Amino acid sequence: MSAPLDVSYDTKIPNNVGLSSDRKVLKALEKWHPGYIDWWNKLIPQNFQESMVYLRTAVSVDPKGWAKFDYVKMPDYRWGVLLAPQVEDRVIPMGEHKGEKAWQEVPGEYRNMLKRLIVIQGDTEPGSVEQQRFLGLTAPSLYDMRNLFQVNVEEGRHLWAMVYLLQKYFGKDGREEADDLLVRSSGSEEAPRMLGAFNEETPDWLSFFMFTYFTDRDGKMQLESLAQSGFDPLSRTCRFMLTEEAHHMFVGETGVGRTIQATVEAMNKAGITDPYDIGKIRDLGVIDLPTIQKKLNLHYSLSLDLFGQEVSTNAANAFNHGIKGRYMEMRIDDDHQLQNDTYVVRSVVDGKIVAQEVPALTAINMRLRDDYIRDASGGIGRWNKLIAKAGVEFALALPHEAFHRQIGVFAPINTDPAGDIISNEEWEKRAGDWLPTLADGDYITSLMVPCYEAGKYASWIAPPKVGIDNKPGDFEYVKLHMA
Amino acid sequence: MNAPFKQHVIDPEICIRCYTCEMTCPEQAIEHNDDNVVVDASKCNFCMDCIPVCPTGSIDEWRVVGSKDEAYSLEDQYSWEELPEQGEVVVSETSAKGGAQTDEIDPVAVLLAEAQKGAGGKAKAPATAAKPTINLYNLGNPVEAVVQGNYRITSESSDADTRHIILEFQGKPFPVLEGQSVGIIAPGTDAQGKAHLPRLYSVSSPRDGERAGYHNVSLTVKREEGGVCSNYLCDLEKGAKINVTGPFGATFLLPSDPDARLLMICTGTGAAPMRAFTMARQRAVGEKSGGMVMFFGARTPDSLPYFGPLNKVPSDLLQKHLVYSRLPDQPKEYVQDRMLVEQDLVAEMLQDPSTYIYICGMKEMEDGVERAFTNIAESMGEQWTALSDVMREDGRFHVETY
Repeated sequence: MSAPLDVSYDTKIPNNVGLSSDRKVLKALEKWHPGYIDWWNKLIPQNFQESMVYLRTAVSVDPKGWAKFDYVKMPDYRWGVLLAPQVEDRVIPMGEHKGEKAWQEVPGEYRNMLKRLIVIQGDTEPGSVEQQRFLGLTAPSLYDMRNLFQVNVEEGRHLWAMVYLLQKYFGKDGREEADDLLVRSSGSEEAPRMLGAFNEETPDWLSFFMFTYFTDRDGKMQLESLAQSGFDPLSRTCRFMLTEEAHHMFVGETGVGRTIQATVEAMNKAGITDPYDIGKIRDLGVIDLPTIQKKLNLHYSLSLDLFGQEVSTNAANAFNHGIKGRYMEMRIDDDHQLQNDTYVVRSVVDGKIVAQEVPALTAINMRLRDDYIRDASGGIGRWNKLIAKAGVEFALALPHEAFHRQIGVFAPINTDPAGDIISNEEWEKRAGDWLPTLADGDYITSLMVPCYEAGKYASWIAPPKVGIDNKPGDFEYVKLHMA
Repeated sequence: MNAPFKQHVIDPEICIRCYTCEMTCPEQAIEHNDDNVVVDASKCNFCMDCIPVCPTGSIDEWRVVGSKDEAYSLEDQYSWEELPEQGEVVVSETSAKGGAQTDEIDPVAVLLAEAQKGAGGKAKAPATAAKPTINLYNLGNPVEAVVQGNYRITSESSDADTRHIILEFQGKPFPVLEGQSVGIIAPGTDAQGKAHLPRLYSVSSPRDGERAGYHNVSLTVKREEGGVCSNYLCDLEKGAKINVTGPFGATFLLPSDPDARLLMICTGTGAAPMRAFTMARQRAVGEKSGGMVMFFGARTPDSLPYFGPLNKVPSDLLQKHLVYSRLPDQPKEYVQDRMLVEQDLVAEMLQDPSTYIYICGMKEMEDGVERAFTNIAESMGEQWTALSDVMREDGRFHVETY
C-alpha cells in the first residue's frame, strides 16, 4: 500500500484512503452522505448556508497542503476522509501488546471496545454543532462568525472520520451505528447525545468560547490518547483530527481573551478600578471579570466530568489491550505497560479529600485528567497577563477538581472553588456566587446582538490581534447572504 | 562566517501552546516548557512545514540577527513575554554578499521578478485574494502531469500556432490560483550540456480546474521558432507525461471580492490569466454582471487565442475590445489605441477604488499602455505614476510581461 498524502477528488467524497477502489465502503458512505447533508441543512439557519464563508480546507494531509483558504458555501465544504500518513512499521506503543505490529484490521477480541470508543467520540462531533447552531444569529463580528463556522464544518468532518471507521471496519453494526449518529440529537428527550456536556445548551458566545476552550480540550486529550491506539486506522484518523482541533483551541482561548480585553479596556476608559463594581462595569456593555470567572467554573467542572470515573477498569483494559494510550505516550519515560506502577489519585475518605496511591493501570482516566488540567491552566495564566497588563487587580483561577462535580468520587460532596468541603445548605446559599445565575445569563444574553459589519466588533469583545490567514482588520470573512 | 541570520521565532503573546508545530516539525527544532514554545535556530532548516499548521499566525515571525552565533537561545526565548523588537542589523558589504540567504539564486524568482518589473515597484496581492500556495513542487521534487489534451486554438490558416494544453495531476494536489504560473522544464540539455532552465507559463484555467471540480490545469502556449520548451509542449501527445513545478507567483491574483472590477489588458498568450479570471468569475457569479473589461490585442482574428469561445462569453460578464494590428485594408490598431478611444470608460474605472488592473503579454506592449494610462490620467487631472503607485500598493495594479 502506498502512503497517500494527497487528497483525491475522484469520488464524491474527497479522501486519501483510496475510496475509488474500495467500492463497498464507498457505496456505504455514499448512502450515508445524503442523510448527513440533510442533517446539516436542517441544522444551520438558511441564510448562513447560502453565505460565502472564508474557510480553510485540506488539499493534502502533508503540512504544506492542509490549510487552503477560500470562500465557500458551507454545504459545499469538501467534507472528506483524511488520515495522517501511515508510519511504516508502526508498533503498538503500550499495554500487553507493546512492540507488536500495529493492527490494520480490528482484532476480534477488542471489536466491541473499539467500536464503543469510536461511537462515543463520533457522537460528540455532531453534538457540538447542534449545540452551537443558533450562534451565527448573534455573532459579535464576521470574524467570529467565520471562526464558528470553521469549527462547525470541522466537527462535521470529524463525524465523517469516525463514520468512515465504523463503515470500513465494523460491518453491518458499524453502518447502523453510523446511522444512529445522525438520529441522536443534542438535548433531545428521546435520543440525546451520549455525554452530558453535549446536551447542555450553548446559549451565548462566552459559553461558546468557554466550551471550545474547556470542552473541546477534553476532545483534544481524548484524540491524543486515541492517536496512540494500536488500531492503526484510528491512530491515523485522530492524528489528522488533532491538527484541526488546534483551531478550536485557538477560538476558545482568544475568544475568552478578547472578552477580557474589552472588559479591562472599558474599565480603564471609565476609570473603574474595582473589578467587583459589577453594576457600573455592566453599564459599559462589557462582561465583568467575576462573571467570567463563574462561566469558567461552570465549563471547567462540566469538562472534568467528561473524563469519567477516576479509577476505572474499562480504562485499564483499553490501555492494557493497546486500544487507547496516554497523552503523549511516546514521550513518557516508563515501561508503557504499568503492571507494577502506581499513580496518585485524590479521593474522598471519611469526609476528607485525600491522596491515595492506586495501581497506575486503573488510574488512566485520572492521569489524562491531570494532563488536561495542566494543559488548561496555561491559558488562564495568559488571560491573567492581559488583566495585569491593564493594571486591573484580579486574577482568574481554575476551581478545585472537586468543585461542582456530577461524575466520579467527588460527585456526592459539595465543595467551594478552593476545594473545602461544605454542607448542602452552604452550597445552596453560595452556588450563585460561584456559578452563573439566571440573572447573569440574562445580562450576557442582552449583550448578544449581531455585528455584521466587516471590521466591526460588538461592545463586549475586542478585535483579534492577527487576522485569519493574515487578512487585514476589515476583511469580510463572511459574505452574508441577504435573502 | 559573519553573515546576518534570519531567525525563526514564535510570538508568545499570540501562541496558544497547542504544540501542533512541534508535532509537525520534521527536524525536532521546536520544543516547549510551561511558558513558551520556542525554535532551536541550530536545527531549523526553514522547511516551513510548521507555518500552515499553526492556527494562530504566531508562528510566522522572524528576526534578523547579526550572525547565526548571535541567534536568540532557547533560554532567551523561554523567558520572553513578548517578542523582542527587531534590532538594527549592521551588515558590511562583504558579509552581505556571502550571506547564507543569497547563496542560491532561485531561477524562478528571477524570471518572475523580470516579468513583473513593468509594474514599477514591488507588487502586492489584492487584499481579498485567496492565499496562494507557492513552490509546492520544485526542481528537486517536481510533480508528474499527464497531458489530457492538446488543441490548436488559432486557425489552421494562421501562422501563429497557439495551443491549449490540459494537464492532469493524477490525484496529486496542485492547488493553483488564477494568475499563478507553473514551471516546465524541457527534457535534455542545452548546447553546453546543462539542463534547460525552467520556463514559466501562466495557467489559463480557474482554481477548481479546467473542468470544474476536476482540478486539472490548462496552459496557453505559442510555438516559438527555435523555442525549446514551447516546441516541446506544443508537440506533446495526449497521454504524455511531463514534469511540472510550482505553483509560482503570489501577487498577480484575482480578488475574491465578487464586486471588484477588473480591467484586463493583454496581447497574445497574455490572455491566459485573463481567461482564468473570467472563468473563475463566471463560475462564481454566473451570468450576473462581472464588472470585467478586456482589451485584447492580436495580429488578426485567426491568430487571437480563444477567438471562438471568447466571443461566446456574454458581454454583461465581460466587455470585450478585441483589437487587431494586421487586418488587411485597415490601419494598425493596438490595445493602447483602443484604450484611448474608450478613455471615458477607462477613466471611470481608474477613479473607482474597486478597480484592479492586469497587464499581461509581450514586453513591447508596456510602453504603449503606459502612455495611454498617462494620457487618460492627465485628462482626469491626475498623475499616472502617483495613481499607479497607490494602486500597486493597494494590490490593484499588476503587470506580467515577457
